[in-house]
Amino acid sequence: MLKGRNLLEPMDFTTDELKELFSLADKIIENPEKYSKACNGKLLATLFYEPSTRTRFSFEAAMLRLGGKVIGFSEAHVSSVAKGESISDTIRTVACYADLAVIRHPKEGAAIVAEACTEIPIINAGDGGHHHPTQTLTDLYTIRKERGGFDNMTVGLCGDLKFGRTVHSLIKALSRYKNVSFILISPEELKIPDYVRKEVLIKNNIKFEEVESMQEALPRLDILYMTRVQRERFFNEEDYVRLKDRYILDGAKMKLAKDDMMVLHPLPRVNEISVEVDSDPRALYFKQVKYGMFVRMALIMSLLGVEFQNETQGV
Amino acid sequence: MVVIDSIKNGIVIDHITAGLGMKLLEYLDIDTSSDTVAVIMNAVSNKYGRKDVVKIENVTDIDLAALGLIDPKATVNYIVDHVISQKINLTVPERVVNIIKCKNPRCVTSVETNAPQLFSLIDKENREYRCEYCDEIISMKGGYNNEFIHRQWFDR
Repeated sequence: MLKGRNLLEPMDFTTDELKELFSLADKIIENPEKYSKACNGKLLATLFYEPSTRTRFSFEAAMLRLGGKVIGFSEAHVSSVAKGESISDTIRTVACYADLAVIRHPKEGAAIVAEACTEIPIINAGDGGHHHPTQTLTDLYTIRKERGGFDNMTVGLCGDLKFGRTVHSLIKALSRYKNVSFILISPEELKIPDYVRKEVLIKNNIKFEEVESMQEALPRLDILYMTRVQRERFFNEEDYVRLKDRYILDGAKMKLAKDDMMVLHPLPRVNEISVEVDSDPRALYFKQVKYGMFVRMALIMSLLGVEFQNETQGV
Repeated sequence: MVVIDSIKNGIVIDHITAGLGMKLLEYLDIDTSSDTVAVIMNAVSNKYGRKDVVKIENVTDIDLAALGLIDPKATVNYIVDHVISQKINLTVPERVVNIIKCKNPRCVTSVETNAPQLFSLIDKENREYRCEYCDEIISMKGGYNNEFIHRQWFDR
């Protein structure tokens, strides 16, 4: 039962709870009309201290499609934050109005601070370079939908593995499934953080390799998860410029991959996937966006506890 | 041989790693202008070769978690009327609150200064702790001076 819970990091839900959430997403996709009033009278607050298009729109679209309403801000400078208000004070205020809140913040652990000072469910929509658990729900749901399950696969993660929060969350989430191994493709400077290596991979005895060559890894992959080198995570512009074009997936490289390899990307992309790859049937990143909205609909319903109520009422 | 009077009431922190006695005293924030304090450095120890010992008269309220974090092999003896009333072997604490400070500039605690500093033990042998907000790992073995929140800093 997810009612009243928070989603702060990818391991907050058990694999059984994820299964339940994903089957609700399946039902919504099958019959969206049935759920169009599920959140009638409910209010979602979206607190975006950092720019976002996809995630914010995805949450807003999800809530509106469920018949709920949305309040919030999309940049910190237009809110009381610009006056120096703390995260906890902002959340305490918003919790007086809304039924649940989504928070994106540039600092790592911001959603934990938010959760500690309120009773309403908090969803972490990205905290700096740390976690992005609803992107992970999207990634997992895409894999499940397109591949049928999570066991027995080799997953390649490529690009910025140091600051790529979606990467950290996905590795953590997939570490719970059987026989999943990772090939981590990045330059030395953008390798995964110590806590992911030690606390997730080594501690759970998970097979992984850290390599620099994408071409060498490609033929062995069942899933390739590409990421953007994020300018906003660098303190030094020179480092960004030096590293940003390191990995570019194009048609020629796709020829090295298996016929059924899935290409995923949390988006937005800059140039790390050439536009020519978009027409390849293995490129699933735009499908991922659509799945993301449905899985967020399922998440909102579950945290508000409206799914069972409406199921029994036959909405 | 240096002779130091025994204390009537208070605490004796024994078996402190040689060289850590003064640091430990500094962290405990004992008011050396009014409390009677004796710091014995490099005393001979049958168990460890050399050790420091700190004796504090009339003070019993000390932060054992902080002591365990700084020097887990030290022992704390509570003295009542010249007699040891209780002896505590320190342990490495599982969770520490507002004792060490996260160094990660991207951690939310760098801007949300009212949020408590929370760390969980992940590796007892290497005394490694994980920040509960940002997952930054720090080791308390060796050069850890910078991670400590000074007591006064926190009381402001």
